[in-house]
Amino acid sequence: MSETRALSLADVCRSFGPVQVLHDISLTLRPGEVHALIGENGAGKSTAMKIMSGYLEPTRGQVKLDDAPVRFASSQEAEAQGVVLIHQEFNLADQLSVEQNIFLGHEKRRGLFLDRPAMQAETRKLLDRLNCTVSPTARVRDISNADKQMVEIAKALSRRAQVLIMDEPTAVLTEREAEVLFEQVDRLKAEGVAILFTSHKLDEVKRISDRITVLRDGHVVAQGMTTEFNEDQMAQAMVGRDVSSLYPVRSVAVGDAPALEVNGLNVPGYARDISFTLRKGEILGISGLIGSGRTEAMEGLTGLRTAHGDVRINGRPVSLKSPQQAQAAGLCYLTEDRKGRGLLLQKGMRENLTLQALPAFTNWLIDHKAEENALTKAIADFDIRAPSREVLVGNLSGGNQQKLLIAKIMLTDPDIVIIDEPTRGIDIGTKQQIYEFIHALSAAGKSIIVVSSEMQEVIGLADRVLVMRLGTIAGEVSGDDMTEDKIVRLAMGLGATRQEAI
Amino acid sequence: MTATETQPSRATRSVNLKVLGPILALVVLVIVGAALNGNFLSAANITNVLSRSAFIGIIAVGMTFVITAGGLDLSVGSMAAFIAGLMILVMNAMLPTMGPGWPLVFVGMLTAMVAGTLAGFVNGFLITTMRIEAFIVTLGTMGIYRSLVTWLADGGTLSLDFGMRSVIRPIYFDGILGISWPIIVFALVAIIGELVMRRAAFGRHAAAVGSNDQVARYSSVNVNRVRMLTYVFLGILVGVATIMYVPRLGSASPSTGVLWELEAIAAVIIGGTMLKGGFGRVWGTVIGVLILSLIDNILNLTDGVSPYLNGAIQGVIIILAVILQRDKKAES
Repeated sequence: MSETRALSLADVCRSFGPVQVLHDISLTLRPGEVHALIGENGAGKSTAMKIMSGYLEPTRGQVKLDDAPVRFASSQEAEAQGVVLIHQEFNLADQLSVEQNIFLGHEKRRGLFLDRPAMQAETRKLLDRLNCTVSPTARVRDISNADKQMVEIAKALSRRAQVLIMDEPTAVLTEREAEVLFEQVDRLKAEGVAILFTSHKLDEVKRISDRITVLRDGHVVAQGMTTEFNEDQMAQAMVGRDVSSLYPVRSVAVGDAPALEVNGLNVPGYARDISFTLRKGEILGISGLIGSGRTEAMEGLTGLRTAHGDVRINGRPVSLKSPQQAQAAGLCYLTEDRKGRGLLLQKGMRENLTLQALPAFTNWLIDHKAEENALTKAIADFDIRAPSREVLVGNLSGGNQQKLLIAKIMLTDPDIVIIDEPTRGIDIGTKQQIYEFIHALSAAGKSIIVVSSEMQEVIGLADRVLVMRLGTIAGEVSGDDMTEDKIVRLAMGLGATRQEAI
Repeated sequence: MTATETQPSRATRSVNLKVLGPILALVVLVIVGAALNGNFLSAANITNVLSRSAFIGIIAVGMTFVITAGGLDLSVGSMAAFIAGLMILVMNAMLPTMGPGWPLVFVGMLTAMVAGTLAGFVNGFLITTMRIEAFIVTLGTMGIYRSLVTWLADGGTLSLDFGMRSVIRPIYFDGILGISWPIIVFALVAIIGELVMRRAAFGRHAAAVGSNDQVARYSSVNVNRVRMLTYVFLGILVGVATIMYVPRLGSASPSTGVLWELEAIAAVIIGGTMLKGGFGRVWGTVIGVLILSLIDNILNLTDGVSPYLNGAIQGVIIILAVILQRDKKAES
């Protein structure tokens, strides 16, 4: 099917109860064009995408397909018309194979039975079209995030998508994996597919989009060809203020005394022979590709995974077999997975805030008043913006959840904090705030390890960066050597210095 | 910017209905009961209803913690029968040496408490350390205890020696100020349970584990210990309930405690505790127990419906309660 379609929103408004989240949004997705929708968390991007793909209806205004008003009663109806939304969180059944996922709900039949050869052949064809080498019979839980993303796209293509809407497709991908995705986006574009995507990474918006719409508080604040914007202008339009200095200036001198010494840490199956020293007041970055064992090594260090090795805190040997022991030793790990491992989404802010430090609030019974005071202080200190104190944490935006998570960890008053992916999926204004918090913690004498997939982030924050590759530390860079180029080369196993003619 | 994602007004309204629902149901039952039978509100009938609901009630308080922490225990009915049998056997065996009297009663009580603790520990150990599904473990122990008590009783009835019966009787039939011991113990267990659930770190931890055990683990909560303790506490409470129960009939048989697990779980769910864990309320469970006992009592006092249908009605109510508990969110 080679026909193409254009989808547009005309003066679309949407309210949830008394709150209006979209105000007169108009934008058009044209065949063969990549449209980037950018804005801070809560600006209304998701709502706009859901309206385009039939998950929500507009309160006012129209959705138009090829200039004719349409009304999608459901996402299935939108899909039947060729409009497909790929969610930020993968919508795949982990236990099923790639082929079974792609044809889930649309299985091909021959008589009473499934026509597996035909489905496998078509899966192969779709994946080939995407340059993806994953086997159609591989189980989805066994394949990488990048491949999962490709399977999602293949699934959309199998539904004959002419309008493809992607919600932060690169959020869980490494830079290299994202690169593969972009190549495929270019290819689909050449085939005449209209594409819309959202991203918090402005460099990639600049690279792959043709047209940009910027949302702020539910209004379109800027719209135009990508060539008309540079990254600073995009950020400024999103935030409404100047954000050119994203990383605070390091004003603290790092102490000499070691706060944490790790010697020969092994996390079976994930990391081996991890040795490093973290000094007092230092911010140490840990970089590496996803799957390089960064997170597992840190989880092993803090007793969340089985690990062996020699660990000293303030010069004294410690045994950290459980997170409780690590916390007692003044070492805390802040997870990268704030929704699955960090916060109880069905509970309020108070219960979440004090969960880790509950003994400090308990003297036979929990002191509710002390808890409320701690919440008041956390809201003020970390600028948590919630509609009310009783709101369920699952209803907070990603940025505010992250702030609450930091507040929760800091309530245990650790000396050493390991922060894994401090700003994943967070808008640029909140990022800036979180970077300031991290600097403030270091200024207060805490020693900090920042694990991140974003090179810019580790470089901008850290005094020194360890690069991990295949479960070991591949190298260390500091000072003027802290460049993306050097880190990428270490992460890819190429050695720190560039050689001629690679 | 965050206000966009919440709909506070609807949330509070449905929460209020969830809070008031069980209370309203209880009030309606009392009115219906009073209208159907003049004796319904008599002191004798109320005492009778409360005393009989005490066994299930004490167990259901423990069950509230287990379910809140994301677990389930199907073995409580069989466990109660087995402990009752054991308690009677131990007291009968010691009777010749110790003679009838309070020291022997205390030995019986101690037996029940130790057996309950151990039984809870076994369930907890298999579920946490051995990582077997709670449903399977407690289905298994349910069969084991039921079979053991049948075997101990050789298919018949284990009876407490007559010399002891009159000594132990007061535990069920006496009390202070006209309030019988089972009611007092049930009230104490419920009050302590409510306090622990609402105000103690253990209650908070149980809810956290049931809500998302990964989050709890990453928050330095000892997940296995919390889970284990919920089963041990439930076992102890089954022991306490059995101590109240044995004096009533002075015997245990293969039919003792049959379907108690259904009643206890039903009471917990009717009371508003989330079946999938993460949220529990002990006072709701108490209301749930009272609702179930009142239905039983009304069926016994009136001629309209056979009391033999009581189990069917309980089954319908537990299913209805789960349907009502379902979030609107899940449907969209």
